[in-house]
Amino acid sequence: MAQQEYQKYYVPEQSVWPIVGAVALFLIAVGAGLFVMQTVSETWKGGGIVLSLGLLTLLVMLVGWFKNQIDESMSGLYSDQLGRSYRQGMAWFIFSEVMFFAAFFGALFYARTIAVPWLGGASNNAMTNEVLWPTFEAMWPLTSTPDGTTTTAMGWAGLPLYNTIILMVSSVTCHFAHVSLEKNERSKLTMWLGATILLGCLFLGLQVYEYIHAYRDLGLTLQSGVYGNTFFLLTGFHGMHVTLGTIILMVLFLRILKGHFTPENHFAFQAGSWYWHFVDVVWVMLFIFVYIL
Amino acid sequence: MSTATDTANEDLQHDHHDDHHAHHAPSGITRWLFTTNHKDIGTLYLWFAFIMFLIGGAMAMVIRAELFQPGLQIVDPNFFNQMTTVHGLIMVFGAVMPAFTGLANWLVPMMIGAPDMALPRMNNWSFWILPFAFLILIGSLFLPGGGPNFGWTFYAPLSTTYSNDSTALFVFSVHIMGISSIMGAINVIVTIFNMRAPGMTWMKMPLFVWTWLITAFLLIAVMPVLAGAVTMVLTDKFFGTSFFDAAGGGDPVLFQHIFWFFGHPEVYIMILPAFGIISHIIPTFSRKKLFGYASMVYATASIALLSFIVWAHHMFTTGMPVGAELFFMFATMLISVPTGVKVFNWVATMWRGSMTFEVPMLFALAFIILFTIGGFSGLMLAITPVDFQYHDTYFVVAHFHYVLVTGAIFSIMAAVYYWLPKWTGKMFDVTLAKWHFWCSLISVNLLFFPMHFVGLAGMPRRIPDYSLQFADFNKWISIGGFAFGLSQLIFLAVLIKASRKQGEPVDDRVWEGAEGLEWEIPSPAPYHTFDTPPVVK
Repeated sequence: MAQQEYQKYYVPEQSVWPIVGAVALFLIAVGAGLFVMQTVSETWKGGGIVLSLGLLTLLVMLVGWFKNQIDESMSGLYSDQLGRSYRQGMAWFIFSEVMFFAAFFGALFYARTIAVPWLGGASNNAMTNEVLWPTFEAMWPLTSTPDGTTTTAMGWAGLPLYNTIILMVSSVTCHFAHVSLEKNERSKLTMWLGATILLGCLFLGLQVYEYIHAYRDLGLTLQSGVYGNTFFLLTGFHGMHVTLGTIILMVLFLRILKGHFTPENHFAFQAGSWYWHFVDVVWVMLFIFVYIL
Repeated sequence: MSTATDTANEDLQHDHHDDHHAHHAPSGITRWLFTTNHKDIGTLYLWFAFIMFLIGGAMAMVIRAELFQPGLQIVDPNFFNQMTTVHGLIMVFGAVMPAFTGLANWLVPMMIGAPDMALPRMNNWSFWILPFAFLILIGSLFLPGGGPNFGWTFYAPLSTTYSNDSTALFVFSVHIMGISSIMGAINVIVTIFNMRAPGMTWMKMPLFVWTWLITAFLLIAVMPVLAGAVTMVLTDKFFGTSFFDAAGGGDPVLFQHIFWFFGHPEVYIMILPAFGIISHIIPTFSRKKLFGYASMVYATASIALLSFIVWAHHMFTTGMPVGAELFFMFATMLISVPTGVKVFNWVATMWRGSMTFEVPMLFALAFIILFTIGGFSGLMLAITPVDFQYHDTYFVVAHFHYVLVTGAIFSIMAAVYYWLPKWTGKMFDVTLAKWHFWCSLISVNLLFFPMHFVGLAGMPRRIPDYSLQFADFNKWISIGGFAFGLSQLIFLAVLIKASRKQGEPVDDRVWEGAEGLEWEIPSPAPYHTFDTPPVVK
């Protein structure tokens, strides 16, 4: 048995964090469920408290688990093989995120190429239109729904265009930060990563501003029919991902200030930067299919 | 496939020098709560799945009791609907999927010579969130207004306009189930990509590993789509969106497209690992190598790819353009080609084999025959004009119970009997197991076979009452149902005896013709195996 040099694969000891995380998700699910149910009926109570408790527990779990993980990594327990496990795990996680967005993009494509035209009488659906909503005309963006809700479409020029540029630039700065890390140029690394975080925050700020503009000036709301639905769910979930991405980058920033990561060993940084590039790509898709087309 | 290795006994002795952690299992409840051990987590998954199987089965008993005779006698229709809904959800997400994940946890590392799953802590997390998800789902049945009552497929507008408040809890519990499945799948896929022992090349991988690899890919691809679907249901119901409401420019048919884009690959998620299991058991008890290993791998991959382009065969009657109906009909029928390859290979493996009929083999043989019946009725349902007749009748119920109960669940039972002696080190109670097999086999056919007849005669599914003409068949179906349910108590007895380590000790190989790395380690399998990877020649 010609066993070559084999670096031991680190199998962690028992850990308390997963079960804490399970309780956290349980509380979040029950809390969020009740919270939503409270919006329609007086019967339900306590959603807010349970949800906050759950989020708090999740926070404790994240801090504890990551601390555990970072300590192990810093004490050199991790092999290259384990690093590959983490990288592959992250890649597949991002793939699952892609498929999550795919569901909403699918809804968008179906609504604009099939559902709305059919309601307007396309294909063999003349009678659908005639019997249900004879005055309805198919259009996209759907600024006037079959039941008469009207709204205004969000243009692509101006804010959305600026936001696109901001995110694309942030993808580049994030890449520069990664290159600096690999060259072990710490001050450049801090600068580029800091710039990325600022751009991320700027994007989020502008996105909030755009939402206010949509609600106040355009009358474009979550209830404005399927155009508003796809607009807000796609940009909203994207915004949540940018928020998470920014938090990840902030944690990485703090770790860099503490001197973590080496040119060879920086899985967390790589995962964070992959995640950031992923939210940027999703935005480009959004910009094309939600705003421009 | 997997061949000779250095023996694991050597590994274990050699490991004592450089091992950081103890070789003996920790004790008490914290062993199970905090565990990072793939065998412990596999056991947790399997017991959880079995408990869910019994709970979901109890709900099926309620359904069959109500349908024992025509008229409304035992439960009110709303409760009946909740039973059909939660029965389906529990069996799919609580029984079959966790059972396969449990088997993957136990077996994949041992089959590829890995020390554990690639991400052991996440492995624990993906298990422990599951009981909580089902606590929420089952708990919602006891709330004012009741639990989900719109069928496990939760079609809009049943789940939006017409559902009760607890739909929000349903949505979030499905989210947790999805998170669990995705994390479990990521773990399996990374383990297989990254943790194979030296020499364990792709085309030497045992078929259970191959089929699970492809299943994991399907899971990561479609569980997020299910998350998207439930999210849209949530916003439609509670936040005034109209994804599935034509008045706002949406379409209830859109729901079905999104749901079945998840739902059809999901079907293969629940059967591909079964194909892997059968491909282990048949060669062992035929004492021959598996016929057509490579074609098995390619057939599995083909089925997985096709599963993404056939979803709308669930929706032939919802009003699609004829071109789409034809496309989905032909694409669906195409799946019978790789499936046929598999059945052919199993039969060819047995051909002129030196066959014996131990309990796992009995279940595997029953699987091949009864799953094929389910496959054939699936082919009938694939034909669009014919489906117009069969849609939403008991024929559909018969079809998917043949593939899921006598398919997926029989394969899980076969797997448990096949690998149980390796896990416990003792042979299970063979007499009881045979009773379990024969009682199950007879009752399951009494249960599901007549459903074909009442379905073809027009009895609709998911309705608590029926026309008098279906009374005789339904009586027998219900008797079959109760008998099948009771037969599972024999299984429970076998499992309890096995978990108490009763029975004759077995040797490392357990079954005379068994091949693969897992048979070369001691029985029972030590708490940690392959801390140093074996070399596969």
